[in-house]
Amino acid sequence: MLDDFMTRATLAGIGVAFAAAPLGSFVVWRRMAYFGDATAHAAILGVALALALEMSVFTGAMAVALAMAMTVSTLSGRGYAMDTLLGVLAHSALAFGLVAVSFLSGIRIDLMAYLFGDILAVSRGDLGVIWGGAALVVGLIGWRWSRLLTSTLSPDMAHAAGINPRHEQMILTLALAITVAVAIKVVGVLLIAAMLIVPAAAARPLARTPEAMALIAAGIGAASALVGLRAAYVLDTPAGPSIVCVAATAFALTGIYSVARKAR
Amino acid sequence: MSLITVEDLSVRYGGQTALAHVDMVIEPGEIVTVVGPNGSGKTSLLRAIIGAVEPASGRVRRKPGLRLGYVPQKLHIDPTLPITVERFLRLPGGISRADCTRALEQAGVPDLSGQQMSGLSGGQFQRVLLAHALIHRPDILLLDEATQGLDQPGSAAFYRRIEQVRRDTGCAVLMISHELHVVMSASDRVICLNGHVCCEGTPEIVSSAPEYRALFGTGTGGALALYRHEHDHGHDHGHSHDHGHDHAHPHDHKTEAAE
Repeated sequence: MLDDFMTRATLAGIGVAFAAAPLGSFVVWRRMAYFGDATAHAAILGVALALALEMSVFTGAMAVALAMAMTVSTLSGRGYAMDTLLGVLAHSALAFGLVAVSFLSGIRIDLMAYLFGDILAVSRGDLGVIWGGAALVVGLIGWRWSRLLTSTLSPDMAHAAGINPRHEQMILTLALAITVAVAIKVVGVLLIAAMLIVPAAAARPLARTPEAMALIAAGIGAASALVGLRAAYVLDTPAGPSIVCVAATAFALTGIYSVARKAR
Repeated sequence: MSLITVEDLSVRYGGQTALAHVDMVIEPGEIVTVVGPNGSGKTSLLRAIIGAVEPASGRVRRKPGLRLGYVPQKLHIDPTLPITVERFLRLPGGISRADCTRALEQAGVPDLSGQQMSGLSGGQFQRVLLAHALIHRPDILLLDEATQGLDQPGSAAFYRRIEQVRRDTGCAVLMISHELHVVMSASDRVICLNGHVCCEGTPEIVSSAPEYRALFGTGTGGALALYRHEHDHGHDHGHSHDHGHDHAHPHDHKTEAAE
């Protein structure tokens, strides 16, 4: 069954959607959307380093994404506004990454595959990495769920309950780096943030509790992967962007539903 | 044993000293109010007690196994985060539905559990925060300007509820407030803070202390008496609002410069 590239692509998309849903919910609640972007952009530098050092792309992307996320976490609140800091770091990392790639003249690499993903080229090995990473992220967030939620609502309330919000922030940072590294092959650097944010945002009007929002986001993400890939096959459109387009349509529909419900 | 012992506590943010050499003790079951002008380190004191800021020097000792119930000054829940009152109360965990019901009753808002947090009025929201603090059966309640944004009758009702909770559960209360007259009438002990402890004692002693008058002027003593008088007769209207700082007063400038 895994011999069919469409099946592998679909499974890869669903794997990323499952990891992205709970993490994306926190990214939305904590207003970290730009943070996800920055981490993802840094990953292209990781890809270049991985190819130069002949490591696996997953390891390289993961290492640089983690370093980036840690740098932002540490520097925030030290003189620069968060959005300025992220803007500087994200785009510099992307620029350095693109320049670094150009030095790798000996190796022919398809840059587009890392910028926009190449879900149709997902191998069995990639599928293992994607589902392994997704399981790790879901496990990590599930394990810390209540602590993460308390820290998100109020760091001081977390302190009073004996929770250190900085530790929880680190857990999210780690989960974000894993997700970026895992998703790079599926949707590419430029669209990872979309997979994090769009399904979670689309789930918001339908949910009454945080748990429901994460579950509905997982459903919307997985459905987007299924429908997006089918559409890409039928219409001969690029696969990663097609998935994001379906998720964006879901966002528009739930948004309209929410407005209509309020008007009633 | 005392619930909380603060010894020679200093707190700094960057180079700024927020608190210097504060000593303080909270005994079981007492209501202690911290008053002080803006920037006097009230919130820093509370944050040091809950462990949210590291002391620059000195220390905060808690009785082993002490359960804290903390009511923050403000809680902003991002509109993208859907959460019902009951789900909120059950954070961070280990809370049964019966605990939620009990805590909401204690806080005086028994019927809210299915509502969205974002749909609550200001008064309801503060009561739910109080319920959240009460749910773990705390030994001490810590309230940071818990009535901010409530009107006069609303905050008076809130403080009566706190007294009620203390009577029912026997927990100690440490609160910060700028609403001097309301708060002081409900306190066993008042600590007047301005970067350091200026004076402390019963509300009557503090409100007549020269250090206190230097910070808040003399009008509040009268407001306190007025409030108590009205409180006895069960209505909350008409007392003068005198918690501005008396900047014409020479001592005021001296203490602020020393901060």
